[in-house]
Amino acid sequence: MYKLLLCTRYLRTRYIALASIISVMLGVATMIVVNSVMAGFSSEMRERIHGILADMVLEAGSMNGNEDPEWQMRKIQEVAGPYIEAMSPTVEVYGLLTLRYGGQYMPRPVTLVGIDPVTKAKVGTLVEHLENYKPALDENGRVARPAEFSRDEPPGWNLPRTYMEYRRLRAQEQKAMPDDDEDDAGRNDEKAPADPSDLLKQLNDLAEENHDEVLGALMKARLYVGSQIISFPFPGKNGEKPRTVWMCQPGDDVMISTVSAGKSPEARNFHATIVDVFKSGMSEYDSNLVFMNLEELQRIRGMIDPPDDPEHGVRSVTSIQIKLKNFADAKLVADRLQAAFPPGFYQIRTWEQKQGPLLAAVDVESTILNVLLFMIIAVAGFGILAIFFMIVVEKTRDIGILKSLGASSRGVMSIFVSYGLSLGMVGSGVGVVVGLLFVRYINEIERGLTVITGRKVFDETIYYFPSIPTRVDAFTVTWVAAGAVAIAIMASILPARRAARLHPVQALRHE
Amino acid sequence: MVATIMMPQTHVAAIAVEKAYRKGEHKVPVLLGVDIEVRRGEFVSIVGQSGSGKSTLLHLLGLLDCPDVGEVKLYGQRIDDLPQRSRDELRNRVFGFIFQFYHLLPELSVIENVLAPLMIRHSAWSYWKSRKAFQEQARELLDRVGLGHRLTHKPSELSGGEMQRAAIARALMANPEVLLADEPTGNLDAETGAEIMELLRSLNSRNDLTIIMVTHDESIAQQAHRVVRLAEGRLEAWGEAA
Repeated sequence: MYKLLLCTRYLRTRYIALASIISVMLGVATMIVVNSVMAGFSSEMRERIHGILADMVLEAGSMNGNEDPEWQMRKIQEVAGPYIEAMSPTVEVYGLLTLRYGGQYMPRPVTLVGIDPVTKAKVGTLVEHLENYKPALDENGRVARPAEFSRDEPPGWNLPRTYMEYRRLRAQEQKAMPDDDEDDAGRNDEKAPADPSDLLKQLNDLAEENHDEVLGALMKARLYVGSQIISFPFPGKNGEKPRTVWMCQPGDDVMISTVSAGKSPEARNFHATIVDVFKSGMSEYDSNLVFMNLEELQRIRGMIDPPDDPEHGVRSVTSIQIKLKNFADAKLVADRLQAAFPPGFYQIRTWEQKQGPLLAAVDVESTILNVLLFMIIAVAGFGILAIFFMIVVEKTRDIGILKSLGASSRGVMSIFVSYGLSLGMVGSGVGVVVGLLFVRYINEIERGLTVITGRKVFDETIYYFPSIPTRVDAFTVTWVAAGAVAIAIMASILPARRAARLHPVQALRHE
Repeated sequence: MVATIMMPQTHVAAIAVEKAYRKGEHKVPVLLGVDIEVRRGEFVSIVGQSGSGKSTLLHLLGLLDCPDVGEVKLYGQRIDDLPQRSRDELRNRVFGFIFQFYHLLPELSVIENVLAPLMIRHSAWSYWKSRKAFQEQARELLDRVGLGHRLTHKPSELSGGEMQRAAIARALMANPEVLLADEPTGNLDAETGAEIMELLRSLNSRNDLTIIMVTHDESIAQQAHRVVRLAEGRLEAWGEAA
C-alpha cells in the first residue's frame, strides 16, 4: 500500500519526472507519426506500382519477343485458368522520344510499351492514370473543363475533340507560316485520310493510304506519354506558386527512335501523335513510360511474320501481363507457368519480384528509421535513469525511514520500479494519443506550418500525392507503446536496486 | 549484575556485540564488546559523548544494523542472524523508532505518516479493507499526542515538537513492544523536550512499553529507570537512575 501511495506522491510532487514523461511521450509520438507516414507512403506506392505492373508477367527472354501471343494466352489459360482474371499482350522496348520545345529538339530515353488498351485496363490500372479521363483543374483546384472521356468508355487511341481542334488550328498556322525545320526530318509517315463532313471521326481512323494533304491528320502511331517526360516543374519566383510547364500536349507529334526486332537490330524512326498523358504519381513511371498502340509498334519493329501481311501474319510479343483473381495464388500460378513454358525463352515474375530492389529499399529505409527512432526512446530511457538516480539520492533518508519502519528491500525497489512503470505508461499513453492526433490532422498541421513558415512543407508537385498519405498500424502502435514502457521500466530498475540496497543506518544519516 | 540475570524478565539484550565501520581502508571500531540487558517495561537511557557508539548500539538492538561479533536477543532468542524478511517483520511489529530529526516522510500528511507502519505491514488489499479502522486508530493516537487538529498537514508545516509527537504516534501505531528513541529531545527546546519526556514516561508506565533512549543530556537521561554510560565503545557504568 505504501508503495502505491509513495509512488503516486512522488509522481505528483516531482515535476522533474514530467521531463521524462515528456521525453517518452515525444519519442512515442514521433515513432507513431513517422511509422504511419512511412506506411502510408509505402502502401500508396505499392498500390500504384502494383496497379501499373499487373500481378504477374510472362516475359520473353529477348527483345525480339516470342511468337503468337494467342497461343501463349491459351496455354496460360490451360495450366492456370481458374486463377486468371485477365491477360494482356505487350511489347516492351527501349526507345528515344524526341520532342521540340522552344526551337530545340529534346531527346528523352523512354521505355516504349506497346499495349492493347482495352485488355491492359483489365490487368491493371490504366484509365485511372490517363488525363483525358480526369477533369482539368485550374490553379485553385476547381474544375476548369470536364473530363474528355467518361470512365465507362474503354480506352482507345482516339484524340479527344478539344485536342483535335487544337491540332487542326496548329496545322493551319503552320501551313500559313511554314516552320523551316519542322518538316525536314524527311517524314514518310502515313497519315489518315479526312472527309470534311465528319472530320473528327475520319481523322481518328487509321488510313489505308497516304493522304498528306489533309490538315491535322493523326499519325498512325499513337501514344500515351508519361507526364514527366513532356513537362518540367517550374519553381515559382517571388513567392509564386510553382507550376508545371508542359512542353507538348495531346495533339502534338513527337519523334520516336527504337530498334527493330530481328537478328541484327536496326534503328527505326517514326513520328507519333500524343493522344493522352499518363500520370500515375510514381515518378519512376511517369518519367519513363510511353504507351503505344501495339499493332503499330509490332509493325514498325518487324514483329509480324511475314511482314507484308499484317492481317494474317503471326505476331510476336515480349510479355503477357496477367491479373490473378487472388494475388495470394501467385506462387502457385508462377510454379505452374514455370513448368509449362520453356525456361530459356520465358521468364515469370510477379510485380513484387520486378520491383524487388525498390520495395527492399523502402523496407530497409523504414527499418533503419525505426531503429533510429527507437534510440530516441532509449535516450528518454537514459533520461529516466538519470532522473531516478537523482530522486533516489534525494530520497535516501526516506528510504532509511521506510526500512526502519520495516519495509523490505523488495518493497523499496518496487516503489521505484512502479514509479518507472507509471512514468512509462503515462508517457507512452499520452504519446500514443498525441501521435494519433498528429497523424489524423497531419494535413491540417502541414497547412498550418506552411502558413507560419511561408514555405511549403509538403510539396505535392514533388511527391505527387495530393495530401500526405498515412496508415496507422495497430500492431506498430502497440509495439511502440509497449517498447517505451519496457524501456522506462528497465531504466528504473538500476536506480531502484540501488535504493533497495541502501543500508538503513547510512540512509538515515544521509543529509 | 545480579539484577540482570533475571532471565524471564529480560526483554531485549545485546551480548558482547562489536561493531566497526569502514572508512576507506581504515577500520574504525565503534563498539568493543558491549553487554546490555533490558527488562520488560523498563525505561533505560544510554548516555555518552558524540561518537561513543550509543546510536550504533541502538541500531543494533533495533535490527537496523548487524553486529560484527556478538548476539542480539529478544526474549532470549537470537534475532540478529534471522533472515532479512523476518528482521524486517520484527522491525515493523516489535520495535518502534523515534529519531532526533523526527524522520517523517515529507510527501505524506501527518496521518499518512502515522499510518505508514500499517501500510507496510498489510498488503494493499487488506489495508484497503480495514482502512477505516486504521484511520480511526491513527486519529485517536494523534489526539493523544495532541495533534488531533493537524491530521492533514504536511510535516513541513509543523513545529519541531509537533513533528516529534507525530513521530511518536507513528512509532506507537505499529503497537510495538520496544520503543527505541535516538535523542528524541535533541532538537527541541527545553520546554518541548520536557513535554516529550513526559509523554514517553507516561507511555512507559501506562502501556508497559519498554523504552531504550539514547541521549547526551544527563538531566534527560536521569528521568529513565536506569542509565547506562558508553565511552570509547565500552559500557562504563551501570546505574539506577534517581
